[in-house]
Amino acid sequence: MKRIDDFEARRKHLADMSSEELREHFWSLAEKIVDPLLGLGYEFTSPSVERSILLRMGFSSLEAKPIVEEAVSRNLLGHGAGNIVYKMSLNKGLSLREAGLALAEGKLWDEAAAMFGEA
Amino acid sequence: MESNEKLNIEELLKDLEAYRPRRRGWTWRRPAPNLELGPFSYRDCSEPLAGKSAPLLTAHYFDNVDPQPLPVITTEIASGRFEDDIRRMRMAAHHGADHIMVIRTAGQSHFDGLIEGTPQGTGGVPITRKQVRAQRKALDIIEDEVGRPINYHSYVSGVAGPEVAVMFVEEGVNGCHQDPQYNVIYRNINMIRSFVDACESKKILAFGGLAQIDGAHNANATAREAWKVTPELMVQHAINAMFSNKVGIPKGSICLSTVPPSATPAPCVYMDLPYAVALREFFPDYRMRAQMNTKYIESSTRDATVTHVLNLLISKLTSADIQSTITPDEGRNIPWHIYNVEACDTAKQALVGMDGLMEMVSLKDDGPLRERAREIQERAVLFMEEILEVGGYFAAVEAGFFVDSGFSPERSGDGISRQINGGVAAGTVVKREADYMAPVTAHYGYNNVSQYNPEAVSDPASLIGGCTFEKPEKIIFIDELDETDNVYVRMEESKKYRREGVIKPEMEWLADGVVQMTMFFPVERRLAEAAAIEAGKRMNLSEVEVISREVMQEAEGTRVEIKGKFPFDIDVSSLVLPKEPEIMSDAELRAAIEEKPMSVVCGTVGEDEHSVGLREIIDIKHGGIEKYGIKVHYLGTSVPVEKLVDAAIELDAEAILASTIISHDDIHYKNIANIDRIAREKGVRDKLIFVAGGTQVTPEIAVRHGADAGFSRGSKGVHVATFLVKARQKN
Repeated sequence: MKRIDDFEARRKHLADMSSEELREHFWSLAEKIVDPLLGLGYEFTSPSVERSILLRMGFSSLEAKPIVEEAVSRNLLGHGAGNIVYKMSLNKGLSLREAGLALAEGKLWDEAAAMFGEA
Repeated sequence: MESNEKLNIEELLKDLEAYRPRRRGWTWRRPAPNLELGPFSYRDCSEPLAGKSAPLLTAHYFDNVDPQPLPVITTEIASGRFEDDIRRMRMAAHHGADHIMVIRTAGQSHFDGLIEGTPQGTGGVPITRKQVRAQRKALDIIEDEVGRPINYHSYVSGVAGPEVAVMFVEEGVNGCHQDPQYNVIYRNINMIRSFVDACESKKILAFGGLAQIDGAHNANATAREAWKVTPELMVQHAINAMFSNKVGIPKGSICLSTVPPSATPAPCVYMDLPYAVALREFFPDYRMRAQMNTKYIESSTRDATVTHVLNLLISKLTSADIQSTITPDEGRNIPWHIYNVEACDTAKQALVGMDGLMEMVSLKDDGPLRERAREIQERAVLFMEEILEVGGYFAAVEAGFFVDSGFSPERSGDGISRQINGGVAAGTVVKREADYMAPVTAHYGYNNVSQYNPEAVSDPASLIGGCTFEKPEKIIFIDELDETDNVYVRMEESKKYRREGVIKPEMEWLADGVVQMTMFFPVERRLAEAAAIEAGKRMNLSEVEVISREVMQEAEGTRVEIKGKFPFDIDVSSLVLPKEPEIMSDAELRAAIEEKPMSVVCGTVGEDEHSVGLREIIDIKHGGIEKYGIKVHYLGTSVPVEKLVDAAIELDAEAILASTIISHDDIHYKNIANIDRIAREKGVRDKLIFVAGGTQVTPEIAVRHGADAGFSRGSKGVHVATFLVKARQKN
């Protein structure tokens, strides 16, 4: 879009604001812009978010990658990659590392799908 | 570590798997109001370094004081080989840097995961756990040496932001860039993915106490007329600042990356100051990371330095919490060691030089500064109103609002437009199910922990007995993945330069052989460039390239700088070093003169009015030779050489001290030879000790021209007095 500088016409409603009022207006607009973006982050997750969770659970980047890839391909990521590993360790009586490494090696995925009702 | 000892990189790389960082989070400098150092009082400085440092070049005139400005000083070091960068980090820290930023290798932002090992980078360094750990470990040693915490910094962007953020917190990284708008606009990464990832990244950074720097400065570098994007810059800052703060990063850790947008020949201070004021008025609680201008930079390091000093003036007139530096060679190559150091010194020198300025000067509350600042603020507000009118941030990006070169609300129609469903990693975000759960600390958003244990809701990681943030022993360290591309292979190739007493000139990598030379040819530009390359080749340099040229006058000549590779090794054991000057103690000197008094005549010879250097050597108040009881007959400046010899005869002096500063056409050595000749003609040379000194006098050459000794820059009275006493003993 091209537009000539119509600042003088547009600014009329701002002209009488004090510096303080203008700043408050600026920040209230900023908040309105970012709120929906924060809502997305609350509701959604991503492969990188899930890999970062696996890292914090004590898996390496090389182990986290195949777990998340398989979760994506089986449509399980929405339950949380960390959740898959955690729940598997509870259900199978494995340590967290054992459960995660098995999943990283491509094992136990049918059980994982069943566990979350996605089989 | 002793400051005359080299950092042992091989040693540093050992036992990395067991290394743990000593702290988390960012460290600001501590103010030291009314600091007294040497003969001076400072108003805006921080606490002086507790350890070793490199003061400014002229500090030796003033007890070697090394005042440190209040802003944290940043330098960016990323040559592609992190092992060589470590040595540069130490040099920069000695010159005042306490924020070391590592640029990522080209393409890392599109790498879907963490890179591991230590591959070589291009235009930056592959940021990996091992590389970060080694550099943080090195900085721990370096910060102990200089006596001030050093902040280590890299980037949390691209399609692996949250993972990089986790690794940074685990490894004690102290600051980072994080701004989803950068992903969207400059890396064409899908916008939904970028903001979803940013929520998680920022939550992690908040936990780790990292200082976060936004990406708004990139709009300056992209727009053709950078000063026209100032309203948009305020909008970009506001979006990232508000977004970050709402995720949980405290305002005091959110830094706005701001650059004075114009540069000379524009009246840049007049243009840039209103923007700097407008920004700081709107963001009073946030931190300012003042960056230097990179947009209008040429290959001349002088030209760049002047621009950067004008940028520092803007920082001083407004504020800067972090003062970033751009190396003056950025316009021609990936920065070299020496220019990182120059940039740090430029910032320190300029900020110290302007210390206390705002006690004497204030910005006006009316006139063009006020009017222009207000106008930029209003334009920024209108920009944000329009974002909401078109349906929010994503819609505005789709409509090409950002990085349009028009002075908003003017639009040139050349903004960068991205589609909401387009870009790298589009369609990769997934809606969280009702049973979604993540058993870790610092996780953002919906997390159904209570399905497992309602008591764990406030501490999800308690489900697994703590995550790596509480239990760092759970971190899995990966060493190397590539047998041919890693630090050990590179270091094997250059090992003789570390171990065998062999050296080569160097600009960025150990023994790279790179040198630069400046020369002038009395011909037009193209001929001068060709001649410069030919000169470099005949000096045995390989890969000769012109790196800078400046026309002095179209017909009369051109200044050219070249770089090339010096192809020889230098065996340190074959080098002959000039003897260090002997120094007798004050007591020994006094006793020698008391036992046998001495008188000398001295003056600056020829048509030369310089007096300061000689005064330093003779005056008692400068610690000169008078202090030891030597009687000095000072004849002044522009003393004819014959008069100096005659005075020595007349006053029965034992020595002549001739100062000779002007060196054009070797006049200083001609003066020395003349004094020697006249003294011989008059038959007194054997009875006189003849000492010559001056800033351009090389001692060995002075002796070849007939002096008994020569004294150069840095000589003191005690050196001259020691020589006189020893020479008399020999006679």
